[in-house]
Amino acid sequence: MKKSRGLTTARRKRKEVLVKLERFGHELYEQLEKGLFPQITMPSRSTDNIYYNPELRQYVLGDKKVKRSTRNIRHLRPFTQLVWMAFFTHELTSNQKTSTLRDVFYSAQAYDISFKDQNESDNIITDLETVLGCTREDFNVFPEESSAVFGDLTIEYTVPNYEGKHLNLTSHPDGVMIGPALTSAEFVKTSADKVIAIEKGGLFTRFIEERVHEKFNAILVFLRGQAPRSTRYFIRRLNQELGLPVYIFTDADPWGMHIAMVIISGSANAAHIRELTTPDAKWAGVWASDIINYKLPNDKLKDVDIKRLHELMRDPRYKGELWQREINVFLKFKRKCELEAFSRYGLTHIVDKYLPERLKEMED
Amino acid sequence: MKIISRTFQEISPADFFYRNRDIAGFSNPARAIFSAIRELIENSLDATEPAGILPDIYVRLSFMNGDQNIYVLRVEDNGLGIPADYVPLAFCQFLFSSKYKLKQSRGTFGLGGTMTILYGQITTNKPVKVTSSTGTSKIYEYTLMIDIERNRPVVLDRKIYNNRERWHGTIVEVSIEGDYSKAMPKVLEYLKQTAIVNPYANIMFVDPRGRLYKFERTVKTLPSKPRETLPHPHGIDVETMYRIIRVTRCKTLLDFMREHFHRVGKRTAQRFLKFAGFPEDINPKKLKPDEIVRFVQAMKNFNDFLPPDADCLSPLGEKILKAGILKELEPEFVAVSQRKPSAYAGHPFIIEVGIAYGGKIPAREDITLYRFANKIPLVYDESGDVSWKIVKSINWRKYGLAPGMPFTVLVHICSTKVPWKTVGKEMIADRPEVSREILNGIREVARKLGAYVSKKEKIRREKARLSVFAKYLPKIAEFSTRLAGKKKVPDVGELLRRIRKFEKE
Repeated sequence: MKKSRGLTTARRKRKEVLVKLERFGHELYEQLEKGLFPQITMPSRSTDNIYYNPELRQYVLGDKKVKRSTRNIRHLRPFTQLVWMAFFTHELTSNQKTSTLRDVFYSAQAYDISFKDQNESDNIITDLETVLGCTREDFNVFPEESSAVFGDLTIEYTVPNYEGKHLNLTSHPDGVMIGPALTSAEFVKTSADKVIAIEKGGLFTRFIEERVHEKFNAILVFLRGQAPRSTRYFIRRLNQELGLPVYIFTDADPWGMHIAMVIISGSANAAHIRELTTPDAKWAGVWASDIINYKLPNDKLKDVDIKRLHELMRDPRYKGELWQREINVFLKFKRKCELEAFSRYGLTHIVDKYLPERLKEMED
Repeated sequence: MKIISRTFQEISPADFFYRNRDIAGFSNPARAIFSAIRELIENSLDATEPAGILPDIYVRLSFMNGDQNIYVLRVEDNGLGIPADYVPLAFCQFLFSSKYKLKQSRGTFGLGGTMTILYGQITTNKPVKVTSSTGTSKIYEYTLMIDIERNRPVVLDRKIYNNRERWHGTIVEVSIEGDYSKAMPKVLEYLKQTAIVNPYANIMFVDPRGRLYKFERTVKTLPSKPRETLPHPHGIDVETMYRIIRVTRCKTLLDFMREHFHRVGKRTAQRFLKFAGFPEDINPKKLKPDEIVRFVQAMKNFNDFLPPDADCLSPLGEKILKAGILKELEPEFVAVSQRKPSAYAGHPFIIEVGIAYGGKIPAREDITLYRFANKIPLVYDESGDVSWKIVKSINWRKYGLAPGMPFTVLVHICSTKVPWKTVGKEMIADRPEVSREILNGIREVARKLGAYVSKKEKIRREKARLSVFAKYLPKIAEFSTRLAGKKKVPDVGELLRRIRKFEKE
């Protein structure tokens, strides 16, 4: 049994974010006190300033900065929205309340701050992430979608009313939702020695039913397609704080590959944020070669699939040997299949045969 | 020969107009009412303004007892009045007029007034009543009819009243068949536009339902009076030439040229006769018909005559035009331009142009154009007019304007001979000299309006800009204060003042 290495991660993070927000407020306040038009400088998020960093194994922003000045009438409205956003998220975080992207959009109206649509408010949130260099989940803004986790991991809540309460993540057979409360929880203890992340809900349930968490000593994470940031952050914590290796299972197609890749190396959209990736996580299947080796039922690749594969082939994140090999197999046989395809050989085939073989192969 | 003389008989001018009343604007009942009002008002304006009298004109149209199609039209003015003996001829004989001279006036030959009386007579068989005084001790009231076949006035009655107040003016009361309800929009439009170009006149109109329309005088200056001039050689035709030769007392062509033509001195006359190949000392009365034709041709082709003088014209002037536009259209902005005198085919003319924007001027899909000729509004057949063609051809965007904006263009042409396109006298023809002046005039006022609109737009934008700062800066101050955990919100007033100062530069 392993003990969590960072018992105070969540609390420390919260404090850090509050300090950053307040510092931002002070900076503007002082400019105003001096009779200056407030202005800020932040890294540019335009595509010509996004680079792949091979050492960090993720996309990062370059040195290019943008200046936002309240002297410029075009900056004035987004600037005001940004200051409000900082104020509002400071309120959220210090009161340990959470909000969703949609909720933030509506909350603005209470302060006579207008957003044309949610897209505009989402953009300002991303600006605030860039200014502060942390994620929106850090300042308690969460997306709507949520994924789930199941396995022998005991956590301690830090959210009000639950503070100090412990929960073992095997408590609920449907898994526990990775929401704001779980994201900010501390890890207490676990007997697991690996993390298995699964793209599809059907298979996540099958794994629980087939007791994969016991048979393979694993924490199971349901990604629900492209994983939300809080889930990616959660997986990272499992990996970094508990030292657990992460194996990702997706459909065998370019889109499935990319779900795994975003967990491992992040997306260009999140180039302004660090500590969201799990560079050591592994894509464990289903591979293109598995379709042949395990004789899985399959479909023909569509034109968009093939186009996407060619894009991925040139993507710096896909330099690795495994990635290049599988892309080539895809392009050679022009076939794809879904995780559920194993059911052709019986409901437990994937757990009894494929999973042990693959995990053994990966651990070697 | 006998048969021919029986078939072709001479007709009197009155008979001719009776047969061709369409061309004088009496083609249908609605148009007849419109034309009758228009002709009599114009006669009244011509009886006042050129004599230096500020016009007071009262027009009343009423139903004749019990008949909705027959009207009594009464037009009263404070003009010079007509000497008693001339009243029957002036109103009831065609082609009698004091206007058969060369200077700008509204009508020519007094045709319109007589036409109105003729039309009234043939539709109602009622006589016309004319009351007039030249300011003597007596007022004369005539009851008249026209003997159409013989083109003669018939005096049915004549009454004489004492004129203690020394009133001068003329009152015409004529019965006429027509349709006012259909004519009404055009009549009201005509009156409004008349008021625009005659802001020195009081015009009152009472319609058959007793509604009073009042157009009040706002300026007390009259346009400069036109001076009578001789005809310019370029504008002479063979028939006119014959008539001048018939009355001349000159014994030589050199004297003849100097005596009867506009801006021809000794040297010009000599050079012309040399050009035309006629000796200077020929008696003009001795010229043979083919020589006269050759002489007129030569006058048209000789390019060294001095251009005609504009003394004979009576333009409104920029001040009066502006006052008229302001009073009737109540715009937010007005620009006017009087072009320099010019000439076409020996006839001098002046173009005056105005543009009015905003205020009570409605935004229409298309541009609104008001056309005037010799201070008369032209309210029919707009699309055939040269001004309309020009207005449509202008690229308004070049001036920062667009047809959907609330503006009105006014074009006034003054000339001793207006270049009409048709006998209906509602459209100006496309003469290159004329259309060039109209185009340049419209361009000039369009530029002025464009400058105004863009300045206004700039001010509006600056205000909008300032309001954006005024809206957001306080919020930035408020939220950064709260975020920083401070109590006192910094004052952004100074920043806003700096923005304003920056705008003023």
